[in-house]
Amino acid sequence: MAIGRQGTGSSPAAGLLQRPQGTSGIASWLTTVDHKRLGILYILTSMTFLGLASVEAFIIRLQLAAPNQQLVSPDVYNQLFTMHGLTMVFLAIMPLGTGFANYFVPLMIGARDLAFPRLNAFGYWIYALGGLFVYTSFFLGGAPDAGWFAYAPLTSLSNNPGNGIDFYMIGLFIGGIGTLVTAMNLIVTIFSMRAPGMTMMRMPVFVWMILVTAFLIIFAFPPLTVALFQVIMDRTFGTLFYVPSAGGLPILWQHLFWIFGHPEVYIIILPAFGVISEVIPTFSRKPLFGYPVMILSGIFIGFMGFAVWSHHMFTTGLGPVANTAFSLTSFVIGIPTGVKIFNWLGTMWGGAIRFATPMVYALAFLFMFVIGGITGIMLAMPPFDAQANSTYFVVAHFHYVMGGGALFAFLAGLYYWFPKMTGKMFSDRWALASFWFFFIGFNMIFMPQHFAGLMGMPRRIQTYDAGLGLEIWNLVSTAGTFVMGVGMIMIVLGFVHAFRSGEPAEDDPWDARTLEWSTSSPPPHHNFDEQPIATDRDAWWAKKYPDLAHADDGSAYEGIDFDAGGIHMPGQSWYPFLLSFAVFIGGYGVMYDNWPLAILMGLVVVASTYGWAFEGVGGHHVHPRSSAQEGAGD
Amino acid sequence: MAGQAPSVGAPAPAQSHGWRSSTLPDTKLLMWIFLASDVMFFGTLIGTYLIYKGRSIVGPYPLDVLDIPLTTVSTFVLLMSSFLMVIALHALRQGNIPGFRLWTFGVAFFGAIFLGFQVYEFRHFVELGLTLDRNLFGTTFFVLTGTHGVHVAIGVLWLLSIVVASYVRPQHWQAKDATYLEVAGLYWHFVDIVWIVIFTLVYLVDFI
Repeated sequence: MAIGRQGTGSSPAAGLLQRPQGTSGIASWLTTVDHKRLGILYILTSMTFLGLASVEAFIIRLQLAAPNQQLVSPDVYNQLFTMHGLTMVFLAIMPLGTGFANYFVPLMIGARDLAFPRLNAFGYWIYALGGLFVYTSFFLGGAPDAGWFAYAPLTSLSNNPGNGIDFYMIGLFIGGIGTLVTAMNLIVTIFSMRAPGMTMMRMPVFVWMILVTAFLIIFAFPPLTVALFQVIMDRTFGTLFYVPSAGGLPILWQHLFWIFGHPEVYIIILPAFGVISEVIPTFSRKPLFGYPVMILSGIFIGFMGFAVWSHHMFTTGLGPVANTAFSLTSFVIGIPTGVKIFNWLGTMWGGAIRFATPMVYALAFLFMFVIGGITGIMLAMPPFDAQANSTYFVVAHFHYVMGGGALFAFLAGLYYWFPKMTGKMFSDRWALASFWFFFIGFNMIFMPQHFAGLMGMPRRIQTYDAGLGLEIWNLVSTAGTFVMGVGMIMIVLGFVHAFRSGEPAEDDPWDARTLEWSTSSPPPHHNFDEQPIATDRDAWWAKKYPDLAHADDGSAYEGIDFDAGGIHMPGQSWYPFLLSFAVFIGGYGVMYDNWPLAILMGLVVVASTYGWAFEGVGGHHVHPRSSAQEGAGD
Repeated sequence: MAGQAPSVGAPAPAQSHGWRSSTLPDTKLLMWIFLASDVMFFGTLIGTYLIYKGRSIVGPYPLDVLDIPLTTVSTFVLLMSSFLMVIALHALRQGNIPGFRLWTFGVAFFGAIFLGFQVYEFRHFVELGLTLDRNLFGTTFFVLTGTHGVHVAIGVLWLLSIVVASYVRPQHWQAKDATYLEVAGLYWHFVDIVWIVIFTLVYLVDFI
């Protein structure tokens, strides 16, 4: 918040904490405002959570490998599937997309950073600490155990007296702040900081999808925040929001959760669509087929994402009118999604396709996302949903969308951008070998779950009886976890090896189309020595291949010195971390009714906000075109 | 600037952010987006209030406690604070610094009066037996109006900080800096508008 007009960096009255200057060491990472460093932090943190969620899933699968096993107790099992779900959705896959957005949106639009660098750092830290908050529950009396959507009244104090639900509610409340502010930051960045010539309809599709996603976040997260707040109030101050005996309506939680929860599906999948829309044209050596239709489909999906939430609630007795309406909207949302699938196929049609690892992951995405989409259309029919709801069929469906869809797309992105982020090349052969383990393992796990579900196996059940015909499907599914696990370890080893001793990557190893490939690998702290100019879609191709016809020749910007006076790079700051840390500790104060601690942390939040506002501009200028070395040693 | 020596850590002129694709100041755009998000936030709280309206099993019920004349006065004060906000921004744009300080302080003062009314109202309702955990009306009423009150309190703190900052660093609060006040004003007007909705739906509708 702009309480005070920002002063100059030399002002000594700029607050208690000086802006640190170092560019290496832990302090430089805690105080960094560089969108590239924060992007890497997002990616590494979300990968860590992905690993934790995978371990939880592995234990779940071991427990279900054979009938009537008691590897973990029902109580622990409840905690495992709850933590697996909320980790994957909130702490792993969604922030993975945010990480790519952080790193690549400024590079793709030809900017030097996000619009609000410190706000960006705050968004990261509060997400990471919110996730840590949830995970400390394992050591503090047990994790949340009411499922990732935590239906009321399972979450009431009388039904669930431990602290697990408090960890869920307060942890997601804290983490949600980060998601919101980062979304706001990205919107401002995309509107205000595009390079000369980069009109909205010349932006890379990835940037467009991040823009749509950011709008989804700012409209979808407040209902969740309020719902979480209501349960926190119920459990802490005895309010009656979800107390049926006092007239409270547990169904309200379901509505509020899914008004958030269904847009959340698109918050996860639209950035994945964006990645695929970058990878497929690059490796087909063709511009994206039907660019405007792709953009409009994405926007349409974003709008419709708010009109389908009750298809999660067909069996709650909303009545035939509501069920019909939400069934129809759910069918409608399949149309723009199908348009996108066909446009990707149309992009490949007649292209000079290279089956490098990112492209292979993108193709696997297409294959599995279509499977998830088709089962989604099946579940959009209320009569079918009444049969398949809360069975393993639903589990298989959303794993094909979230895992086979979003996760595979983000892996495509990780391989695609790894050379840019690290300056190192990975081994394509090793990556492809690990891909096959990962891909076959994934399908071994989740394909049989369709059949187990159709045979009536309920989700979230800790064990099952022999003789119901479920043994073979569960056994194959569990066997698949070993195959996928090997693939996962191979992927990680491949990245570690490439990072430590990979061949140096070229600046543009894929002959790619977008501006991030026009700078060095990894990019310098200031991203671009010269302000890039976009003369067409696929701005970097337009620059590399001037013989092709282009929308304009960029003459309008000739001779303008965009960086007169040097490039201003923002200064590092302690306040984003301090502010997040105070919120994090304050969360424990609220949970344990330790009000002195909560109030103390509240004061730290206020003090940090003032410190932030009056910190001053700071930063420094770099002059990459001068003969001397540039200013920052980053 | 070829050939110029590198200037590590040199003070940065404020205008040095290079090319921009929008004429709207970043802080103003950020505030608009925040407010769009806040609409959903209050929308959910108001929706919850309306859904639970009439579902309380025990009293006190709205008609037992709501005092329209009293809340009309506090609503009027809050509306007038928005009027002062407009005058304050106009004064700053004209370079009338004393006026800007006076009227900005006036906005915060009126906001504080509104908060005083709210504290009185809450205490009075508790005396009448309406608490957070008494019935659904108490639960939804206090959480909705309390959240709004927190928004007002943040606004009061913000505006007072601006007044103080204008004395501590007068060079940063000149006519050219009016955007910063305008951003605070956007927030303030929004909080005011939300109150009009709350006043209508929570207070007035019950008396029709």
